[in-house]
Amino acid sequence: MKKHIYIYTLCLTVLCSSLSFAQQTPASEQKETISIVGATAHIGNGQVIENAVIVFENGKIIRIGAAGTTQTAGKVIDAKGKHVYPGFIAPNSTLGLVEVDAVRASRDQQETGSINPHVRSLIAYNTESKVIESCRPNGILTAQVTPRGGRVSGTSSIVQLDAWNWEDAVIKEDDGIHMNWPRSSSRGRWWLGEPRGLRPNKNYAKQLQDIQDVFNNAVSYLNGTKSPKHLPFEAMAGLLNGTQKLFVHVDSEKGILDAISFAKKNNLKLVIVGGYSAHKVATTLRQNNVPVLLHRTHSVPKTDDEDYDLSYKKAKILTDAGVLVGLENSGQMERMNTRNLPFLAGTVAAQGLDKEKALQLITSNTAKILGIDDQLGTLEVGKDATLFISEGDALDMRTNILTYAFIQGRMLSLETHQTKLWKRYMNKFEGK
Amino acid sequence: MRKSYLLLLLVLCSLPTFAQDYFPKNDGVKTEQHTITAFTNAKIYVTPTQVIDNGTLLIQDGKVLQSGANISIPKNATVVDLTGKSVYPSFIDPFSDFGLKKPKRNGNWRAAPQYDAGREGYYWNDHIRPETNPIQSFVFDTKKATNLLKAGFGTVNTHLQDGIVRGNGMLVALNTKDDNSIRILDNRSAQYLSYQKSNASKQSYPTSLMGSMALIRQMYHDADWYAKGNAKRQDLALEALIANKNLVQIFHSGNKHNSIKTDAIGDDFGIQYVLVGDGTEYENINAMKATNAAFIIPINFPKAYDVSDPYAADLVELEAMKHWNQSPSNPKALADKGIMFSFTMHDTKTPKDFKNNLLKAISYGLDKTKALEALTTIPAKLLKQNDKIGTLQKGKQANFLITSGDIFEKKTIIYENWVQGNPTVFNDKSMKDVRGKYDVTVAGDTYNVTISGTPEKLKAQVQKNALKLGSKISYKDNWLQLQFTTPDTTKTEFIRLISRVNTATYFSGKAILANGVETTFTATQKEVSTTKAKDDKKENTPTVMPISYPNGAFGSKTLPQQEDVLFRNATVWTNEKDGILQNTDVLVKDGKIVRIGKNLSAGNAKVIDATGKHLTAGVIDEHSHIAAFAINEAGHNSTAEVNMADVVDPEDVDIYRNLAGGVTTIQLLHGSANPIGGRSAILSLRWGRTADEMLFKNADGFIKFALGENVKQSNWGDTETTRFPQTRMGVEQVFTDYFQRAKEYEAQKKTGKYRYDIEMETILEIINSKRFVSCHSYVQSEINMLMKVANKFGFTINTFTHILEGYKVADKMKEHGAGGSTFSDWWAYKYEVNDAIPYNGAIMHSQGVVVAFNSDDAEMSRRLNQEAAKAVKYGGVSEEEAWKFVTLNPAKLLHIDDKVGSIKTGKQADLVLWNTHPMSVYAKAEKTMIEGTFYFDIERDVALRRQIKEERNELINMMLLEKNKGMKTQPAKKKDKVHNHCDTVNF
Repeated sequence: MKKHIYIYTLCLTVLCSSLSFAQQTPASEQKETISIVGATAHIGNGQVIENAVIVFENGKIIRIGAAGTTQTAGKVIDAKGKHVYPGFIAPNSTLGLVEVDAVRASRDQQETGSINPHVRSLIAYNTESKVIESCRPNGILTAQVTPRGGRVSGTSSIVQLDAWNWEDAVIKEDDGIHMNWPRSSSRGRWWLGEPRGLRPNKNYAKQLQDIQDVFNNAVSYLNGTKSPKHLPFEAMAGLLNGTQKLFVHVDSEKGILDAISFAKKNNLKLVIVGGYSAHKVATTLRQNNVPVLLHRTHSVPKTDDEDYDLSYKKAKILTDAGVLVGLENSGQMERMNTRNLPFLAGTVAAQGLDKEKALQLITSNTAKILGIDDQLGTLEVGKDATLFISEGDALDMRTNILTYAFIQGRMLSLETHQTKLWKRYMNKFEGK
Repeated sequence: MRKSYLLLLLVLCSLPTFAQDYFPKNDGVKTEQHTITAFTNAKIYVTPTQVIDNGTLLIQDGKVLQSGANISIPKNATVVDLTGKSVYPSFIDPFSDFGLKKPKRNGNWRAAPQYDAGREGYYWNDHIRPETNPIQSFVFDTKKATNLLKAGFGTVNTHLQDGIVRGNGMLVALNTKDDNSIRILDNRSAQYLSYQKSNASKQSYPTSLMGSMALIRQMYHDADWYAKGNAKRQDLALEALIANKNLVQIFHSGNKHNSIKTDAIGDDFGIQYVLVGDGTEYENINAMKATNAAFIIPINFPKAYDVSDPYAADLVELEAMKHWNQSPSNPKALADKGIMFSFTMHDTKTPKDFKNNLLKAISYGLDKTKALEALTTIPAKLLKQNDKIGTLQKGKQANFLITSGDIFEKKTIIYENWVQGNPTVFNDKSMKDVRGKYDVTVAGDTYNVTISGTPEKLKAQVQKNALKLGSKISYKDNWLQLQFTTPDTTKTEFIRLISRVNTATYFSGKAILANGVETTFTATQKEVSTTKAKDDKKENTPTVMPISYPNGAFGSKTLPQQEDVLFRNATVWTNEKDGILQNTDVLVKDGKIVRIGKNLSAGNAKVIDATGKHLTAGVIDEHSHIAAFAINEAGHNSTAEVNMADVVDPEDVDIYRNLAGGVTTIQLLHGSANPIGGRSAILSLRWGRTADEMLFKNADGFIKFALGENVKQSNWGDTETTRFPQTRMGVEQVFTDYFQRAKEYEAQKKTGKYRYDIEMETILEIINSKRFVSCHSYVQSEINMLMKVANKFGFTINTFTHILEGYKVADKMKEHGAGGSTFSDWWAYKYEVNDAIPYNGAIMHSQGVVVAFNSDDAEMSRRLNQEAAKAVKYGGVSEEEAWKFVTLNPAKLLHIDDKVGSIKTGKQADLVLWNTHPMSVYAKAEKTMIEGTFYFDIERDVALRRQIKEERNELINMMLLEKNKGMKTQPAKKKDKVHNHCDTVNF
């Protein structure tokens, strides 16, 4: 039966593909209960169940446990020797906002202006993006779609990666506001005759004050008659009443410490994003319960003097210090690179972090940080059946080979624009 | 007109002393003066080595009449007694821009680029300006002259510091009294060159350092051809270049790496340049010596960084800190090595900075005689002006300094700087030096007075017993005024003293007491200034950090050496028909793999237990842009004349990071700014060695080609629409055109009468299969096109690099014989990679194409082992074959598979020991070996990290101390590091 569905989906997509640039047709709602049997289940909270049974119904996990003690139901998928994971979550991503980096018309990630809390990423999220579908075969099933640029970039939302439109896609609408913290050092404007290179930012204190002024004014506005309407301040209401998080994109040690003070003073729920120097202030982060969405582990150190593997091991240093860490992947060619998120986590495991803990960096930790852990991030009863089956260790390139993936119990097509081309040309050459 | 003027000046300069003046006079009667001035009883430095203790110097009409001991003083001489004083020849700056204004860069930034020369009748490149003669725009700048005089300079060789070939310089005496007809000693003195483009032209080419180098080489070829009368047109620039041939050639190379390359260019054309460096020569002093060049070096030693803010301190890298610490030893290093060098004030802002840095160099061990030579005789010699300046021998210009003593002592004062017999007075030489401790007696009370500071700004401290009194001192024209408060601390009343100082040891004058009563006081010197001894003591013992190779982070104090090694009991990935061998030993001797087998005897070799570990051939990156000072020469649509080997940066820390990822060999490729790019450099990552030592030995030559969006400038902005080609259609024509022209060039060459063209020579090598193409490419249509064009001209495209649509034409590639070096999974970054798929490598491989995975990225290159695993993931290539994608296959594509790429007896020992399966995300390179030398070792890495911490800490302490001493500091700063990609253009 499951094979039928698979083949059916495949046929459908092949049909579609010849006509359009659109992505795979979104899977329809889960109608039948599904049980995955015999796999090693990586729960996403550090636990592993060997030879597991996972049962999900109406898009939710209803049972999980060891074979023998856990009853199967509905359609059974035999996954002996395989591995099951909760869907990986890509926070701070621009998936769906840009299709081709170099084509201006396809770029929608950055609005003009400096204070743009009212700018919402969700409505620009293009569910038909071919880049999005290419993430799914590697296990990335959820993403936070985040605007870029300015001081306050805008409001992000969290989506699942198999949808007809953004309303279908949304997991959590307007989950947080993103702010680029002033840099503690700045680049010399050499074209104006200043020396090249990074120097301490002389305007840092003023830029900090500017931020505080925005918040003060927003509070005054929201406590008043709210007339005339001020769209940016209106958009900050959730932030100020604690229903939204503030994602502060900041790298420097000083900046992180200042951001923590700022959040405390203004009573905001803070998440550090990027956090290049977070490992140097790990204790303060832990003491203040501030989580970190850590920058790409695949990045070179910023200074010559730093350890070559500094970026590889930072998440371990922070985890060991008791900080809640998730991994994010912003940077050059970030959208197409999102599919390498599992390997960013694998890289941390190579530095000695327990593999299950490394897995948490892209599953349960991220879910907690984004505030969607009631719904996603682990293979636990009551949560969304957003999960996948891999031939082997999904954090390693060699074995991250998906056989099935589900979002809210819906069995996804794992075909993409790319697999289609692969098959088309292999067929041309070898008649397959 | 111009010529006659020059001639006139020449004649003027060479006139005999008592020549008749022919200028009419209307403002009075004729008043010719030929006074002789005799300076007597001085310590005279006739030359740095000929010092006369009680000598006499006679000058007349701006020249030295006589100098030495026992000289009879003519009766008509004015005598200046210089007892206790010293006389030095004034300094010479051979690299000055005095009196010349560099043109301002003009024009609209955003305007369309200019590809052709803007001038008619000159060379095809505007940045070649040998015809520049500064006499046309020279304006004597009295203010700057005074500044230079203050620093001790008497003559400068000035030139317009603008352009690649900058024309001739001009020797100018800093004579503030007479006019240019007297001051200009030689209006054609030396020719100057650099790698910097002229501000006067917006012509694009060259956009890069290697472009500048190539341009200079071609210019010499063209000049030779022109000189033989082969040109159809007149070229004033080449004519000037030819005319300047016999001048001294001074080349501002800019840094130690460029100095090596610049000297090599000179060697090719029979020119020995004088090199202007940047003060980092000490970091590779042996290579500097090997150039046989003389150097002109600035002494603008960096100020300590302000590291008092620990966060700011993080910005300053070890390399910069070390340079602060070590650079004052640069002059000593040059002197010790026997390298001839002159100083320049270039890049030094104030006379005070110049003096301080000079003294600093001496406190770091530079011999004083050498220092004086570097300021006088050597610049004179380098400029071939030693018949006129540099010493105080008979007949030389009367350019000299009168000082209070040893000019290299902190306390010494320059009283006067005489140039062409005209003095500029800075300090009254008759003034007595009153610095020291005095007992001052006023109305029966004795006060202890200490006078210190500089002659221009004295400081006084007055004490009555232990009580310090507020005081103020002034000393001018030998009159000293001192006021201080009375010891009665309840009031603010002053005692005032005034006296003429005839001898510093004792003087006496009027005192006015607080109550207005006038009396006399006496001052008796108890001790001469003590500041000197104290200062010297401090500066005599600078701690200089040891140099490492390279001289920054992760450099070693001694270079790693080749070792004989036995890897015991490893899993060996042979990449040969033996496949993957378990529990196998590999013996390395003299840099080669000598045996592979079980239970090998180690002999004298060091045994490394590799149990549980994996041994592989070193990773090879077919497409890299690390370790380079520049990537793209974007000024022309073909730049086959440029060579990446000219711009290898052997100190790029990304080399070390690559080694830590198991990479041993890279192809440093030119970028993709144009269809025909530059020649590439294949490098063995021998970290710590020079650029030339990193070149892969006996490798074939390669060149970069490119297709698609980058070469048609699709993403360069709206103004870049004039360079051909702007479409894929045009790209084909560019290739056809150049290949055709190369064929015609070849025919012409056979006639023996031809203009040597570096670009055509290179393209000819390609056509004749002596140089091989690695072509940046994406879309199937253009890939197909280039193969067809190559077929037409009878050669094969060796490699398509990036080649993201290679899978669509894999059969055609196979048939043509091209390899594919691709990204494992990149796509979606521009329009032409829409159909890029991660299965590309697997598909091409399945059709028999030699496939490699490359990086084009400093970060990914250190994880190519993991990228190889993506061939397993996407398309199911076997692990053994996938591993070859980053080792043996790129070796094949680079024609070095006979030496590296697999573990085979007889091959070069380029090996990596991994802690686990090399394609696993969990793998770490533990040891990386090139030709039997470990350039990376994970245990040594731990020690290097510790060393960086310790050295940083020590240097930060030193800098804090410097700041606390009140020395000036500079704000913390981090150099801009550019991570280069194909499309990086550093204009």
